[in-house]
Amino acid sequence: MKDRRLFLRRSAAVVSGAVAAALVGRASAEPLAGEPWERVYGAGFTRYGQPSRFEQPVGRHFGQPYGELAPGSGAALSPIEALEGIITPNPVHFIRSHSGTPDIDPKAHRLYIHGLVDRPLRFSVDALLHYPRITRTYFLECSGNSSRALTPQPAQVPAGAMHGNISCAEWTGFPLRMLLEEAGVRPQAKWILAEGADSAHMSRSVPLEKALDDAVIALYQNGERLRPEQGYPLRLLLPGWEGNMSVKWLRRIKLTDEPTHTKDETSKYTDALPDGRALQFTFEMGVKSVITRPSSTMQLAERGFQEISGIAWSGAGRVRRVEVSTDGGKTWAEAALTGAERPRALVRFRYPWQWNGGTALLQSRAIDEKGNVQPVRRDWVARYAPDARFHNNSIVSWAVETDGRVKHVYA
Amino acid sequence: MSTRSRIAIGTVLTLVACATAQRADQPAPRYGEPVSAAELARWDISIPPGGAGLPAGSGTAREGLKVYEQHCLACHGAKGVGKPADALAGGIGSLATKTPLRTVGSYWPYSTTLFDYVRRAMPLNNPLSLSDADVYAVSAYVLFLNGIIAEDTVMNAQTLPQVKMPNREGFISDWPPRPRN
Ligand code: HEC
Repeated sequence: MKDRRLFLRRSAAVVSGAVAAALVGRASAEPLAGEPWERVYGAGFTRYGQPSRFEQPVGRHFGQPYGELAPGSGAALSPIEALEGIITPNPVHFIRSHSGTPDIDPKAHRLYIHGLVDRPLRFSVDALLHYPRITRTYFLECSGNSSRALTPQPAQVPAGAMHGNISCAEWTGFPLRMLLEEAGVRPQAKWILAEGADSAHMSRSVPLEKALDDAVIALYQNGERLRPEQGYPLRLLLPGWEGNMSVKWLRRIKLTDEPTHTKDETSKYTDALPDGRALQFTFEMGVKSVITRPSSTMQLAERGFQEISGIAWSGAGRVRRVEVSTDGGKTWAEAALTGAERPRALVRFRYPWQWNGGTALLQSRAIDEKGNVQPVRRDWVARYAPDARFHNNSIVSWAVETDGRVKHVYA
Repeated sequence: MSTRSRIAIGTVLTLVACATAQRADQPAPRYGEPVSAAELARWDISIPPGGAGLPAGSGTAREGLKVYEQHCLACHGAKGVGKPADALAGGIGSLATKTPLRTVGSYWPYSTTLFDYVRRAMPLNNPLSLSDADVYAVSAYVLFLNGIIAEDTVMNAQTLPQVKMPNREGFISDWPPRPRN
């Protein structure tokens, strides 16, 4: 509201200035209108651009379960509440790492492909840069995303601090299948073990079907070489599947006849059920959406028009539809979508809303092309163990209060 | 549509997409270099449940206590109770309660994962530093803390994969995907 008043006052000043100038002609002693930055020569070029200093507070939210003991173990979540469109800028793409970010010299890095193959092979990074490339837009989501929306009380933090383990980028590389075929896949091979060159040597088993289908060896992200925190010099990218499997800093792929049952596919990234058992190898990310604007910790400035906007995605393919409710799910209206033609990429949804100054309960619900519907929170919670924290794709609720404050609630 | 048929269609689509980038009259690029078994052996550290690839060497929990005190205790606490990092012992029988405690002892289905993980990633601040014998010994110690093996049971390439973990039957594989609920 303050900004708008300021704008009105300024334009009034401009108008009256123009009228005065017309009256007294060009000889006025009044200087022409112009802010300070319009009166000095601008800054020179930068080799690598930065956002405006006025936007500097936009940045990732840190989740560091071990604190200073292990500052690179945990996640840095995308500030989705401050971002627009579909593509996540590289500096704020979410990071999830188990032993920090390694400082890899590409000249010394190797990728091995071995195990159940006819010809075990070693690739230098230079060699990998020679394969014919493809470019695809895909989201990546950590399967622990939204675990912070499972605490006993709803956290009053920005949307990204809870749901920001999701990002979307244009990835360039080539199909993993090319390397597997070069090595010659033996018929007994059913899985691959993918391993990183970080000091955790993060490793995951991936079904061979996926490896031969749409798995990508990614070298570039949004037009530039992968950043260290995203796996430089190369990472695996498994479209639509839990982010942990898209192994960064990829150094080894071993073809095997069975899964290896690594720490991060047994101890972690398994979905605990109430009866004490757990689902293992739940790879595909569920259909999901979250309203990013307005969202928790924000403040509606004035009554009247508000655009409700957010992101939606599905590991199963395309998002078919996103619905928005302003009354806690009693009634739903269809939102407009941008990017819905792309499978396994983020979709931006928008819904025009008039806020009349009363309370409102904002929710969004995504439906994908396979007919999967984003579940309500209480159904999701009932399905899993009390400490379950992976694959939470349940509906997110933001309560608008009469003073315009937006709060995170469980509904 | 089943995931299998989805994947089959996906494969066809990607093949078509590739064909445009790579001309049919050109051979597929082959830039991989042959690699010797000796070189691979230095990098191949993953150990599946059957134990293939477990190295020579052995250790007991009694020996592992010393390794633990020197290299692990500061982060995982005395007797693996945890704090500041994950608890490594306890919780057996807790998984179906309101306060499950998931540790190597109560949750992990395979003992081979313990050897594999400690060798590749621990100690967090100095990975790849322990000898294989030390990894066997400290693994034995963690299993002993959980009451799974005795203090003098020797862990080596033959015995470790035979250790039956309490939660061995606790996982339901979701691959190939099964319907939720
Ligand atoms: C500097 C602190 C530190 C030291 C020293 C350390 N660890 Fe860890 N350990 C961690 C952290 C942090 C994690 C969690 C890693 C992650 O997030 O993937 C962990 C995870 C583990 C896990 C997996 C726990 C689970 O349930 O998923 C095991 C097993 C383990 N450590 C064993 C050891 C052993 C054995 C040693 C000694 C040889 C050791 N650690 C030394 C910090 C440490």
